[in-house]
Amino acid sequence: MIEFLAEPFQYEYMTRAIWVSALIGATCAFLSCYLMLKGWALMGDALAHSIVPGVALAYLLALPYAIGAFFTGLLAAFSMAIIKQRTHLREDAVIGIVFTSFFAAGLLLASINPMSVSLQGIILGNILAIPDADVIQIVIIAAITLLILMLKWKDFVSVFFDEAHAKTIGLPVMGLKILFFTLLSAACVAALQSVGACLVIAMVITPGACAYLLTDKFDRLIWIAVIIGSLTSAIGAYLSFFINSNPGGVIVCLQTLLFLAIFLWSPKYGLFSKNKETAHG
Amino acid sequence: MVIDVRLNNIEVIYPNGTCGVKNIDAFFEGGKVCGLVGVNGAGKSTLFKTIMGFLKPTHGEVNICGLSVRDALRQNLVAYVPQTENVDWNFPVLVEDVVMMGRYGQMGFLRRPKKEDHQAVEEALKRVGMDAFRRMQIGELSGGQKKRVFVARALAQGGQVILLDEPFTGIDIKTEDSLIQLFRSLAQEGRLILVSTHNLGSVPYLCDNVMLINQKMLAYGSVESTFTKDNLAKAFGTMLRDHKLLGSDLHDDEDARSVTVLTDDERPLVLYGAEGDERITRAKSPKKKVPKGSV
Repeated sequence: MIEFLAEPFQYEYMTRAIWVSALIGATCAFLSCYLMLKGWALMGDALAHSIVPGVALAYLLALPYAIGAFFTGLLAAFSMAIIKQRTHLREDAVIGIVFTSFFAAGLLLASINPMSVSLQGIILGNILAIPDADVIQIVIIAAITLLILMLKWKDFVSVFFDEAHAKTIGLPVMGLKILFFTLLSAACVAALQSVGACLVIAMVITPGACAYLLTDKFDRLIWIAVIIGSLTSAIGAYLSFFINSNPGGVIVCLQTLLFLAIFLWSPKYGLFSKNKETAHG
Repeated sequence: MVIDVRLNNIEVIYPNGTCGVKNIDAFFEGGKVCGLVGVNGAGKSTLFKTIMGFLKPTHGEVNICGLSVRDALRQNLVAYVPQTENVDWNFPVLVEDVVMMGRYGQMGFLRRPKKEDHQAVEEALKRVGMDAFRRMQIGELSGGQKKRVFVARALAQGGQVILLDEPFTGIDIKTEDSLIQLFRSLAQEGRLILVSTHNLGSVPYLCDNVMLINQKMLAYGSVESTFTKDNLAKAFGTMLRDHKLLGSDLHDDEDARSVTVLTDDERPLVLYGAEGDERITRAKSPKKKVPKGSV
């Protein structure tokens, strides 16, 4: 039995997929604490789809895919900010227009310029077949993102909780917001390899949403979300070996199952909780 | 340090050409509560944002405690208590976390609180009577308690000029009275309290001075001399309802003079005397002055 359970660890590509997924899961989960609270779920989805043309372009120009993805991710974020500022369009309309345009451009680029990269790999992710160079890119992206988040998490809380106060105490509010969306773009780039563009949204929302139903304190929220994000990602990648399926799908399904369990049985806010409270809304 | 705010001929024009405020000249001194009163869109928020340095005046300058806005912010002299609607009460932060945010400007790069930061939070919470609630999630508090927590944050910050944005929205009269006592005691300790409000009824109880504003400054001075029916009519125009109650049988307090009730459909302002422009009488509770069904 133990031999059977340990079988995935006999393959280097599986051990690598497990720890890389855990790293990506932890990074996305940290960001999910803020995204979920600010109601920016669609923004995460938009950024994830907007990096597809960047990846296609990067392969076309023989550049590291992370550079192209990061560039178009930021371009999408700024496009959304400018259109929102200069028009009366609602935020969901702006996000919808921008991310579908970028995603369409990515599909177009990939279809008119046959590349070595598989489009299915970008959209659905393929952590099992990830090359060494991409692993290095992911580790660098995740390490830098996590480091900045650990150093500045209190500043982000202050800005997102009460922007006016943050300004009066001298925090660089605009700079911190730009930094946050840069980190989000970077995390989406990393998650692209793991779960693909379509499922990145789950990685940057679900762990935070789970943790939110378990605690009222932000530092604990971060810890719980990061543990959930990294564990579900690692276990999802591990289970995909036995199920013989796409790891991205397994990871997101695991996170959803966990969310459902917490939604039903969370000690304080669960549907069946005896001490149910309604402070979260 | 002398606590004051000077507004020298302030004009703010927004990028789309809309005038926020113009020709505002005023001096607010420490130790007093000063009210900014006007209809929605009169420029109260614009003036607050200018004092907080969020908007740069197109003309004129703001001087806080003898310093530029930038330097005053750097020294954490200006603290802001937001409107209730502008805060996400579901945010997973505890009362003590919110108050600690007031100290962030004085902490190092990692915002790790030191002993003096914990002490400042403790003292601020005690000062506003909220130390027993420190471990509660901010959204679990009542409207008045939430306001107190944000005042504690301003105190922990060390703010000498405290800006209160519509502090009485969504709270009952009893809570309003206790908050008024708190705000007045903070002013008595030397701080300058600036209050933006369109809640007419609370102004005579809370403020020493009042500025009536509608893009430009319509009147500024002591509440007794400035907060008159004529000036309010200028500031609020047709948005103000004017109910005159004649005869002692129409109001149930001991004062037999006729009563004028001015209201913009929120808390009413009660003026005594036939012309409704006599010295404003401070009552224990505005509601006591208004017979049921009259407003």
